[in-house]
Formats: sequence, C-alpha cells, structure tokens
Amino acid sequence: MSLEKITQVTGRGVFVPGDDIDTDRIIPARFMKCVTFDGLGEFAFADAKLAEKAAGRLHALDDSRFDGATILISGSNFGCGSSREHAPQALYRYGFRAIIAESFAEIFFGNSTTLGIPCVKMSKEDIADLVALIEKTPSIQVTLDLTESKVTTDDVDFSAEFSLPGHAREPLMNGRWDSIADLVDGLEDVKARVAAIPYLATK
Amino acid sequence: MAKTLLDKVWEEHTVRTLPDGRTQLLIGTHLIHEVTSPQAFGMVRDLGLKVLYPNRTFATVDHIVPTDQRAEPFSDPLADAMVKELRKNCAETGVTFFDLPSGNQGIVHIVGPEQGITQPGTTIACGDSHTSTHGAFGAIAFGIGTSQVRDVLATQTMAIGKPKVRRINVDGKLSPGVYSKDVILHIIRHLGVNGGIGYAYEYGGSTFDNFTQEERMTVCNMSIEGGARVGYVNPDETTFEYLRCRPYAPKGADWDAAVARWRAVASDKDAVYDDIVHFKAEEILPTVTWGITPAQAIFIDEKIPNPSDLPEKDRDTAAEAIEHMKLPAGTPAVGIKIDVAFLGSCTNGRLSDLQEVAKHIRGRKVASSVKAIVVPGSQGVASIAEKMGLAEIFREAGFEWRGAGCSMCLGMNPDKLVGDQLCASSSNRNFKGRQGSPTGRTMLMSPLMVAAAALTGEISDARKIFGIS
Repeated sequence: MSLEKITQVTGRGVFVPGDDIDTDRIIPARFMKCVTFDGLGEFAFADAKLAEKAAGRLHALDDSRFDGATILISGSNFGCGSSREHAPQALYRYGFRAIIAESFAEIFFGNSTTLGIPCVKMSKEDIADLVALIEKTPSIQVTLDLTESKVTTDDVDFSAEFSLPGHAREPLMNGRWDSIADLVDGLEDVKARVAAIPYLATK
Repeated sequence: MAKTLLDKVWEEHTVRTLPDGRTQLLIGTHLIHEVTSPQAFGMVRDLGLKVLYPNRTFATVDHIVPTDQRAEPFSDPLADAMVKELRKNCAETGVTFFDLPSGNQGIVHIVGPEQGITQPGTTIACGDSHTSTHGAFGAIAFGIGTSQVRDVLATQTMAIGKPKVRRINVDGKLSPGVYSKDVILHIIRHLGVNGGIGYAYEYGGSTFDNFTQEERMTVCNMSIEGGARVGYVNPDETTFEYLRCRPYAPKGADWDAAVARWRAVASDKDAVYDDIVHFKAEEILPTVTWGITPAQAIFIDEKIPNPSDLPEKDRDTAAEAIEHMKLPAGTPAVGIKIDVAFLGSCTNGRLSDLQEVAKHIRGRKVASSVKAIVVPGSQGVASIAEKMGLAEIFREAGFEWRGAGCSMCLGMNPDKLVGDQLCASSSNRNFKGRQGSPTGRTMLMSPLMVAAAALTGEISDARKIFGIS
C-alpha cells in the first residue's frame, strides 16, 4: 500500500482555545449513528459552535477570517475521552491536515496518525505567539516541517520547535502511517505466536 | 529481572517490533459493538482481507439500543440499520454475537467479564475507551479506533508502543458510604485528566486487595478519564472465584492450569515502576464532580471552587465549567437541585451496584421533581436483579426499570437529557453535551449518591439520607 509521504504541511491556521477538548466536543455522539465516515466533516464541533452562538460569541470555525484553515491549533490534552475515530475523521474531512497542541490524548493521537494527520506538541508560549500572528494576519501561511521539527510562517520572524515521537514521525515521513501493510507482513509470525500462547492455541 | 504484569503480558503477546519501533502486539480477545465496527468490517472487505480468527472476536450491541421500546425495527432508522449491519457482519464472518434476543446482550464491558471471556494475562482491545475496565482481571485492555478494529479483525494484532507503569497504592479501609467510584474520582482529581498519558495504571494496596471484582472494575473503567489508556489490578483469589464456572472460563484440568498461569502473571514483588503514588482510603469521602472534566471533583462537604483559587493551568477550564454548569463558585455541593438521576453504565451498572442501592431505598420514594432511571448493564444483570426482587424495589421507589444498554451515559439512544437538565449520574463522563443535550449538565458520583439525590431532588450526602455511619 503506497501512501503519501508527509514531510511538510502548509496552510492557514485556526485556533480553537481550551484544554481537555474531548472527542465528544469534536464530534457529538449523535452524529456517530452511521455506517461510514462520509459526511462527518460538516459536524465537527457542531455543538460547540451552537453554544458559542447562543452566548453571543463566534466559534473559531464559524469565523470567516479563518475559512479554509487546514492546521488546527489548541491547548493541552486535546482529543481526550472517547476512542471514537469519528473525531479525527471529522477533522480530516473538514479539511484539517495537521494539529498543533500543547499535548494530546493517547488514543486520539494514534487514531490521527493512522489517518496521516501529524499531531505535534508545542509549548504554550510558542502556541500563544503563533496564535497572535494568525489573529493579526489570518491569511498567514503556517508550515510544519517534519524533517526539521519546526513550525514556521511566511512571516520570517516566527520559528518554533515542536515534538513528535519517532514512532509517528517516521511512518508519516515514509508513507507508512497506516500500519495495516506492516501488520499483514507479519502474519506468519502472528500465527506462530498464537500457537505458542496456551489460551489461544487451538486444542 | 523482576517484572510487572504489563511486562509479562506484553512480552508474551509481542509478535515483533515494527520498523517504526512500535510493537506488533497480539490481541488475544477482541470485543466489538455496533458503533465503531461497521466501518472496520467495510475496510477489511475493501482491502480484500478476511477476519483472521473469528473465534477471538465477540460482539454485542449497547450504545444505540433503546432501553424502553426494544422491539425491532427501532423507531430510529439509523440505529436500526446499525444493529442489522452488525448482525450481518457477524453472520458473514462467524463472530459470536451476544444479540438482543440471546438473553446475554449488554454493555460490552459488562458482558465480557460476566461471560468469563475477560481473563487474566490476556490482551483485550475494543473500539471503546472504557475497555480499560477489563484490566480489573489482570488483563492488558485498552480502547482503540476503528482503523485498529480493522487491524485486529484482519491480523489479530495492532501497532502500539509499550506504556510506562505507574503503581497507584490505596491502603486502608474505606469509611461506610464511600465506594470504589469515590476512589477513582479521588485519584483523577489528584493526578489530573492528563496525568496518565503514556502510562498504564497498576492499582494495588490493601484497599484493592479487599475490593470485590466488581469494585475493581469500576476503578479500572475510569482509568482513561485520568488519561491512562490501560489500568489493571493483579489477579488473585477474588479474580479466580469470580471467573469460576462462567460460560467461557476454562473447565476441569484446564481450569487448574489456567489458574496456575494467572497466578504467575501478577507483578513480581520487587518489580520496578516508572512512578509510584500513594493514597489513604480513610481520607476519601463521597465525591461528586462539579464541572466538565472528571478531575473537577469535590467531596460532598465542599463547595465549588473559585477559579482564582486554583493552580493557574486549571483556571480557564474551571471558568468554562462554571459557565456551562450554571453553578457559581462557592456553591456547596449539597443542595444543588437535580432533574434526572441515572443509575447504570459500564462504570456502575453491575449487580452489586444495584444491590447496594436497593438495600437502602426500600420503602423510600423518588422526589416528584426527578426523573430517575435504572439501567442494568446487561440482560444477565437484569435477569438476576429481577429474580432477586431488586427491580420491584426500584419500581416501588419510583425509578423506571429499563432494558440493558449504555443508555444515558452517552446520548446515542433515546435516553438523553433535555435542555439544561442536571443529572446525578453513576456514569463516567461529565463532558459538555455528553448526555445528549448540548446544554445538559452532568454530576458524576457513586450509585448510592445518585439514589440520595433522586430521593431528595438535590445533591445530598448519602450517609445522612440513609443513616450510614
């Protein structure tokens, strides 16, 4: 299976503020009544958008200044809670191709990597600086460079390091981020292991 | 070298190391349900693969099933389609399905243990984050996404990095009226909702040694709410006694051999941990959440904190919580009016939960302002509870007695909050909108605290309401 080699993501950014943004928030459960992931994009942050509207505010994803953003920026523990892959599927289908946050929940991180969405960690201070630039000039182009582990903008003043564990970086850069091909390669070893474990071995 | 249970189970189930450094880990037992599996079966088909070991996957239906009108077709055509899809996928691939007419349907994390499918020393994966529940048996169990459900169906393995292990000791005796739910809420309150990222939590100490198997499940269930994908307790006699004679438990000579293996899989006495924390059981009081994350919790005699009194990192989320909950800082937990009481879920929908509440509510009545529902975690639990007369006690007290499912834990079936109703809930998540209404409000607590709130119409100290001392 040949997949795109993801070494760089460039696009406009949008900041969804808050820590502990859970996957129920990213895609409310009622939209999971489906047997395919198609069409989930339009429901990303559906209730959060409504809540902001009701409070007389504008959710970042409803703010036309950030239309067309492909890089999502948020706080710590992004994607916590439910293991629903519907969350990164919805974000991908909405158009996001990378996420920058202070930290990520583990299951969400794995699900996103499997879809080819780099989830990179950056310090709170660097995120604040980047967000300030985007607020000032929403059209600014943000680039994540996986080779250099750096986020830069086409405003030359900004450059910040991010962290991305090697077990995600390498598969993304080598076009092996969906692990199914590697797993299938190991099937003979799988069968041998099954035969060696008492509770799995066929009697 | 001394090893933890995680080390031993990981080693036995490692197929190989993948090029990216992660482990290709054999998943001994795969549990599936209707929400996160249909796309996975589709992907397996699209790739021209097949279900490799259909005898190692077990299915049930829980998230979308109505708990009142259970005749098919369901009134919600989408829900109906999902059940039919799972039924078709299981029939085509030979996967065992604890279907609605089977008498064994229920929440996947309740069905696995009660069938004896959940066993010590095994690896268990399911497309549901509360799979950590099964760790109560000394299994390494975790939630996965749909692409990984595909991986497990097609290869019985998945790619995953080995976590570190944090040992969490709780020692001493819980005071009367304090439950395992209070223990896990207390742990999360102190370690945070992200404190467990990168860790498996190994729970131990005398409090856990004395817990029943079901109490251990309640704690392991909510490991993920503390950020830990895996939570486990070393297996012991309590575990073995729970499993003995269950339908899928080994029998005869196989049983003795299995118990010997299960004993050996426990962490060695001198195992080395990446981190160790201690809690004292005596210091834990009945706990309720007041906000929008499970770490936003207080003892029943405390007040909702002022964000400015909290550590800087917690202030923004606290302010957001206060806005959502419509409960100002300084509000005492006791006396907060509730609209709905929900007793059930994979956290607290087991027989012992229902027994404990039934014991105390006999002859009492739910407040007229409260809608109270009891949802047994499985048809098995429901059937025993009905035979024991528990259902009757609940009905007489004014609770609705429902059919098994996830119900009001997650808002994917007809059981939902309406508007900004406030629910005293025995479930596991108080996220904004979690219970089906975007403006709905959830306070998490033990089953008996839910009952106390149901009877009084407001958050109450169950120890006072029921004369527990």
